Order: sequence, then structure tokens, then C-alpha cells
Amino acid sequence: MAVIFKQKSILPGFGLALGFTMFYLSLIVLIPLSATFWKTSTLTWHQFWHVVASPRAMASYRLSFGASLIGAFINLFFGVLVAWVLVRYSFPLKRLFDSLIDLPFALPTAVAGIALTTVYAPNGWLGRPLESIGVHAAYTRLGVTIALTFIGLPFVVRTVQPVLGDLDKELEEAAASLGAGRWQTFTRVLLPAILPAAITGFTMAFARAVGEYGSVIFIAGNMPMRTEITPLLIITRLQEYDYAGATAIAVAMLVVSFVLLLAINLLQRWSSGRRGRESSQESAFLGATLKPVLGRGEGQ
Amino acid sequence: MSIEVRGITKRFGQFAALDNVDLDIPDGQLVALLGPSGSGKTTLLRIIAGLEFADCGTVQFDGKDISDRTARERRVGFVFQHYALFRHMTVFENIAFGLRVRPRKFRPSEEQIRAKVEELLRLIQLQNQARRYPSQLSGGQRQRVALARALAVEPSVLLLDEPFGSLDAKVRQELRRWLRQLHDEVHITSVFVTHDQEEALEVADRVAVMNEGRIEQVGSPDDVYNHPASSFVYNFLGNVNLFHGRVDDGTTYIDESASGHLLFVRPHLLEIARQPSGPTYFRATTKHINSAGPLVKVEAVTEWGAPVHVELSQERFHALQLVKDEAVFIIPKDIAVFEKSGNS
Repeated sequence: MAVIFKQKSILPGFGLALGFTMFYLSLIVLIPLSATFWKTSTLTWHQFWHVVASPRAMASYRLSFGASLIGAFINLFFGVLVAWVLVRYSFPLKRLFDSLIDLPFALPTAVAGIALTTVYAPNGWLGRPLESIGVHAAYTRLGVTIALTFIGLPFVVRTVQPVLGDLDKELEEAAASLGAGRWQTFTRVLLPAILPAAITGFTMAFARAVGEYGSVIFIAGNMPMRTEITPLLIITRLQEYDYAGATAIAVAMLVVSFVLLLAINLLQRWSSGRRGRESSQESAFLGATLKPVLGRGEGQ
Repeated sequence: MSIEVRGITKRFGQFAALDNVDLDIPDGQLVALLGPSGSGKTTLLRIIAGLEFADCGTVQFDGKDISDRTARERRVGFVFQHYALFRHMTVFENIAFGLRVRPRKFRPSEEQIRAKVEELLRLIQLQNQARRYPSQLSGGQRQRVALARALAVEPSVLLLDEPFGSLDAKVRQELRRWLRQLHDEVHITSVFVTHDQEEALEVADRVAVMNEGRIEQVGSPDDVYNHPASSFVYNFLGNVNLFHGRVDDGTTYIDESASGHLLFVRPHLLEIARQPSGPTYFRATTKHINSAGPLVKVEAVTEWGAPVHVELSQERFHALQLVKDEAVFIIPKDIAVFEKSGNS
């Protein structure tokens, strides 16, 4: 069979590399994933539906996916802006700012959560002024959105930055010599060029946010029906020794995530595929799809 | 539209890219800026286009100073060496770009844009490729699209920066002839930069030879090739053999020990003979003979040990029955003499 798939190449090791990849993916991803489905299958259809469609679970889905989408959109806009500034301008301490971007990656999520809670609490640095204008940040849905925005910050910046850096200056010069103004050059020439990378970043930020646990639970307040995210609900079920219930919600979340990511990926194919460069986006899609699953266990 | 460049100087740090350059480009001509890399030719072109600004000096279009205008305001068509096509747009949209970004008041209607683009597609012979993306085209096709895109806005001046630089030899020649034909049809004042002397001499009405930020000579291809104003121009416009010598009573003598004059002789202006004749000749030994091609190329070593290149016709070669490692006399038919300081 392998002979059929094998492409002629000067590099040896196709069989070994493919075999290892399959083995590795099975071990790390597919087996734990299928265990989730297997455990869920101990429930009857009726029980399953009762768990995943309960009002409390539904409320948590709305919060988790809603806040993640809002956070990813905020990151999409500001991520492109930050990448633009970091690539195009030079200013003092630029390198320092550049490395600050990765901090949400490096920080333990619980630390990030506690820090955000302290800052946005009613008596915190930012919480107090916000409180005075009537905005409650901590222990509300707004707080959840803030946390999910925080942890998704690096993705768009880091995917757009290299693409923006590689963009030929000649493209802008060509646009200018053809009579395009600055804004036209940006919207018609530069933005379409960075759009695929920006969508990749958006997808990753969204996927990370959906699976996020550690940084959210402190700032969320975790009130059922109001500020309870789905990963927390899963943990709660686990703590009640309701393993099948936990996996049932996980399966529901997985299916919704998969459908959403598939839709985004199709959108991205449409925006980048026209240039015949789909292949590099495929891996990003895979990584983004698996993130909510892996992210679930992170906070435990 | 005519272009007048007056006293342009441009520095990049310590490096003087252009040093007080004057150049007149008459209306409707196709002019080549020819020079080695680092001679400032691309910088001059970019200053004319408004993509770069001079430290001092002015650029005038039809006698009007436009030095302070941006590229957008100058209405020039610019073609880049690496095409700079918009990859996310089809060939059609690339060409239409300049029309679509016009202010609403001056923007042509959709039908007018379509008609214009289709006319240009016919001109570049790519009617069937309108729906394709630049990545699906060959290098020569991409450069034609870039040219059509520049022409779509009906520029007053067309500027081309090494337009054939990244194409292979055969496509280059085709495109070169095509550009010449195009210019004969459209008659737009055009300036193109090249480091390929053959290209400049074949395509251009006038050639400006540049070296180290200065213009060495401006003239018709025939002028600069047959009456080079400096040793640099002679040297740059084709293969040469360099000798040292002296001039006594109007007669030139090749003399390696003399240091007063530089003597240049093109390979096809050297004759190989078995007997000496005239006052100017030297002995040499043939080392390598390449008889493939319209001319036979002979590499020989002179009596003082320097290599010399000679080109002779196939007929002459067969008449001589020349073989390798043979002692012969070499007689220059025409010598260009320059004083050592550089200018003759």
C-alpha cells in the first residue's frame, strides 16, 4: 500500500517518518480522544442528551464560545495593529515590547488568572476606576472575556509578524505609482496579503480560549448559569465522580469546536488557496482543532 | 512628455549614489540608463519616479519642476525588476488596479474598465489569462502583466527598472524586441535601467552610460559604441583587450613598458597573420580555439605573457588553417587610445 502513496523524493525515510507520525498522533491524540467518546458511550442517548442539553451546560457553552469569539476578534484587530507597529516602526525598547508579547504563553495560567483578578477586582488598579464608571469587570462575563483576550494575544501577532516582514516594499511602491492612496494601499494590497495569516492567528487564539481553564476560573466568579465556563463544568462533574457526564460535555464541546474550526478553515482556504499555498495552513488547522481537547486537562 | 534632470545628488550615508547628475530625455524617446551595479542608475530612475528623493537638484517634466511631488502625483508608470504584482488579484484585477483606486469623480465605469483592460490584454497577448493569478504565469508573462498594469493609468512617462533582469536569455530577447515594438506603437517617453550593454544598444533610442554616480556619456547606440567618450565607456560596451603603449607622430605603438596611454582593441578588430605588416603588431601563441558559433574565438598569449582574445570569421579561420600552440602575428585594425588619467 505504501508504494502507492509514496512520492519519489531524494530524501529517504518516508516509511519511517509516516509510521512514526501515525504512531505518535495515535498515542498522544487519538487514543485519549477516543477514550472520551468510549466513556461517553456508556450513557444512553436519553441520558447523554439530558446532560449536554441541560440549561446549565447550555449557558456554559454560550459563555465559553461567545467570550472566546469576542476575545479572538479583539486579538485579531489589535494583533494586526501590534504586528504592524513592531514590523514597521523602530522605537526605544522595541525588543523588550516584542518579547513581552510572548508572556501570556510563558506565564502559568493560574498566575495569569490571579494577577488579572487582582488588577480587575473592585479594589484593584484597573477595577476601581472601572467600578467608578459603573463597569464591573471581575466576576462577570466581561472578566471572562478579558482573561480569554489576554491568553490569546500572542497568536495573531506571531502569525502576522513574519508575513508582514516578508512583504515586499515594492508592492506598496507599485500601488503608490498607480495612484493609490495610503488607505487604499493598506486595504487593497497589504490587508489581503496578511489575511490568511491573521485568520490562522484568529483560529488559534479562539481554540486556545475555548479550552482555557486556569486563567479564567479566578476572574470568572464561577456562578452557574452566569459566569461558569464549560471546562469548569467538566471539572465539576469530575469532582462529583460523574465521569460519563464530564466526557459527555467534553464530546459536545469537541463537536462544536470542530465544526467552528472547520468553518474557519474553509474560510481561510478560500482566502489563501487562490494563491496555491494551502499546504502551510493545514498544520495550523490541525493544531488549532486539537487545542481545546488538550487544553481541558491543563488546569488540573 | 520630456524629462529634465538637473544637478541631482543623492547620498546614502557616506556613499554618493549620484553626484551632480544632469540628463535630458526628449519627449517620446526610449532611453536606456546603462551601467554596472552600484553606478546609481536605479537610484536615478527611482528619483525620476518619485519613489526616492534627491538631496539636491531638480526633476522637471516638460519644464515644470515636480521634485516635491510624490510618486502618486507624478503619474508615472513604474515596472519593477521582480514584477511586484499583487498576488491575491487576478491578472485582470492587477491591470485594473490603477483605474479602480481613482477618486470616485475620475473613476471610469465598470464597462470602461473592462474595455481598457481587455485592450491591454490584447496588447500583451494574454487575452486568455485574465482569470489567472500571477503565481500561475511564467516570468515573461508576469512582466508583461506588470507593464500592462503600468500602462493602464495612461502615464505620462514609463519607467522600467531592469525589466528583463530576472528572465532567462531567450525570453529576454523576445520581450526586448516586443518592448521596442510597443514603444514604436505607443510613443510614450520611456526610461529603462539595465546592466546589459547588448540590451541597451539593441532597444534604446539613446543610451546614457553611468559609472560611480555620474553620467559618462549620452548618445545614440551607434555614438556610444563607435565613439566612446571615455575608457570606461569603451570598456563597458563590449569585450576589449587592454594594452599599454605610446603615440609617436600620430602612430600608435604597443609597448608594455610604456605607461602614457591605454590602448583598447575589440577582439574582432584584431587580425591574425603569419607575416607581420605595418608598424603596429606583436607576436603571440594560440592557446585555445573555439570555432562553434558565427565567429571563431581564439585565445592566445602575447610575447610578454598576457592573454589576448581575438575573433575572426569562419572563412578567415579556414584560410589560415590555424591550430593550437602556433606562433602567429597579431595586427590591430583599429585601436582606441586613451590617456592614462582616463579621458582621452
